[in-house]
Amino acid sequence: MAASGNFALWAWLAPALSFVLLSLIVPLRRSGKPAAWLSIVLSAGALVAAVSAWRASVPDMARRMLWEWIPVEDGVLTSVGVLADADSTLMLILVALVSFLVQVYSLGYLADEPPASLGRYYTYQSLFAFSMMGLVLAPNFVQLFICWELVGLCSYLLIGYWYTRPEAARAAVKAFWVTKAGDVGFLIGIVMLWSRTGTFDFSELFEMAQGGSDALPGLGLVMFCIYLGAAGKSAQFPFHVWLPDAMEGPTPVSALIHAATMVTAGVYLLFRTAFLFEQTPEVLAAVGWIGAFTALFAATLACVQQDIKRVLAYSTVSQLGYMMAAIGAGFASAGFLHLLTHGVFKALLFLAAGAVIHAVGTNDIFGMGGLARRMPQTFVVFLIGTLSLAGIPFFAGFFSKEEILGATWTGGLTVPFVMLVAAAFLTAFYMFRVVFIAFMGAPAGAAAHGSGHRGHDAAHAHDAPAIMTVPLWILALLAMIIGVGFARSHPEAEFVAPGWLTPLAVGVALGGIVLSAVVYALGWISPAWIFRRLAVLGEAAMERFWLDDFFALLYRRGILELARIVGWVDRYIVDGILNVLSAWTLTAGDRLRRIQSGQAQDYVYGIALGVLLLMVWMRWPR
Amino acid sequence: MTLQAYLTLAAMLFCIGLFGVLTRRNTIGILLGIELMLNAVNINLVAFARFLGDVSGMIFTVFTICITVAEVALGLALVILIYRIRRTAVADHLDLLRG
Repeated sequence: MAASGNFALWAWLAPALSFVLLSLIVPLRRSGKPAAWLSIVLSAGALVAAVSAWRASVPDMARRMLWEWIPVEDGVLTSVGVLADADSTLMLILVALVSFLVQVYSLGYLADEPPASLGRYYTYQSLFAFSMMGLVLAPNFVQLFICWELVGLCSYLLIGYWYTRPEAARAAVKAFWVTKAGDVGFLIGIVMLWSRTGTFDFSELFEMAQGGSDALPGLGLVMFCIYLGAAGKSAQFPFHVWLPDAMEGPTPVSALIHAATMVTAGVYLLFRTAFLFEQTPEVLAAVGWIGAFTALFAATLACVQQDIKRVLAYSTVSQLGYMMAAIGAGFASAGFLHLLTHGVFKALLFLAAGAVIHAVGTNDIFGMGGLARRMPQTFVVFLIGTLSLAGIPFFAGFFSKEEILGATWTGGLTVPFVMLVAAAFLTAFYMFRVVFIAFMGAPAGAAAHGSGHRGHDAAHAHDAPAIMTVPLWILALLAMIIGVGFARSHPEAEFVAPGWLTPLAVGVALGGIVLSAVVYALGWISPAWIFRRLAVLGEAAMERFWLDDFFALLYRRGILELARIVGWVDRYIVDGILNVLSAWTLTAGDRLRRIQSGQAQDYVYGIALGVLLLMVWMRWPR
Repeated sequence: MTLQAYLTLAAMLFCIGLFGVLTRRNTIGILLGIELMLNAVNINLVAFARFLGDVSGMIFTVFTICITVAEVALGLALVILIYRIRRTAVADHLDLLRG
């Protein structure tokens, strides 16, 4: 009952407490391990509170706890608080769970960091958990937007965690810029919505939306602007370019922010405001088409990446496209379901990849090989994550993915449906490509890829310490439990999927696995042969379809040139006028100074001359 | 003697005093110039008093003489002090207020 809101509030404030303590008490932050434990304990508390909030929540009943915030002449412009219902508390659990596990895992992953950096890392982690929970629980657009920007800031800070590396610093700036481009649209959309309806509050907007589309005229542009924000955050085409580069951050950060939680904020936003989007079918259709295109597009890119984290990053972009497509088809809950399952198994995949990178010392899958024997635990959990992502029955991703396919088919988006099926095929293909190259086969030589900066290589790799494997096993078990649970009794879908859908989905996934096995495990077809066959497409995919280059060009030629022109105008015109004026004043003062000779007689000369002039002037005949 | 003659004398005396003030390099000389200028004014006052038949001008002159005495005493004291401190009484060297 009301307790749900209370628990949600506790969950939200626990990481806030951790952040405040860590940021204000400098010795504590710089101490490293104690700071980490403080953050971990409080995030464990947040997890407990989140689960309690979910258990206490009642379906179809929202619990609101609001505090008036910005007072205006007549009433309150907006409030802050929590909006706890079954959906938001479920998302809260995902955020708290992944955040907790990632913080525990990081203790092992970042064990070599100096204490001060480790404390900084956990300070950012706490701030992120607080912001993300505030976003999830936001009862209105203002709080949502503020938390939205805060998670963006945390993303920037954590991507640039190793800020001494130029690539990391550049990737952080790029992520900030690209998401910011979408956020501008989001902000404009919120303000436009407010100017039409006079409120930011979700509940009030919901009641207005009940009145039908006549109640809210001209909503299309508004909702499209809001969608722009979601597209930037959730890396939809063409804003997806920042996400693969964001992999420069530590791997646990990628798992938390760039796979499970922050990037799904856009999907969550659309799910949360689905009642508004339903009023604008044309925007929804655009969401669906862009989502499906993103899913396919990113899947093709994932097939040619050599960096294990980049494969996973493009896979995340692709899966976000799936969620968007479901929402675009009008079945937001299907997208939300996939968001939750994806959050679990993608975090698992990233953390497993992190364990591999930790052991091998390189991101390059061709620098790995044969890891299944040396890292059996990591191999098993990675395989569970891969099977979930590929959509194999009895694993987490199977049901939610099939639901999305069913949603797009039922929603009448036939072409996007085909794209999604193709993307599902590619998903199975590229994930098993990683499995076959990295975990099977012969271990690559230590010196092959300049690896081993920690003295590790694929031949001598071993499983990570328990502090890293335990979170992996928890996530893996969850992925299994969700999969088996859905297989036994799954939430009632809002539509009736055609009977051929399940065989198709499973068949496509198995087809991808088989092709991958044929190419990479059995070697019947050489990858180079396929690559030659798809010459243009393959090369384009290698070059990431030149989109990154295009954005770089836009940035360099457009924004930087503009900045240079503005800088010139400021330096030479605005400052120039002021400089000339001040120089004149100085010169004039310097010249005038000389008449003050300090000689009393000179002054008497002046007085006498002045008196004489006055007398002449008085007596002058006129 | 006409008033004109007195006034001319006073004007000449004033100009001589002013010339002294402007050109003397020694501070004491400048003070002497100031005395001449003041006395030129006194001559004017007395002359006007005489020709207008009004004694107030003469009374003014008595005041002026008193004040002149005080001024000279003060001025000479200043010159002596400045000589002790700066080791000079030449006006050209006393330019501490130069901008």
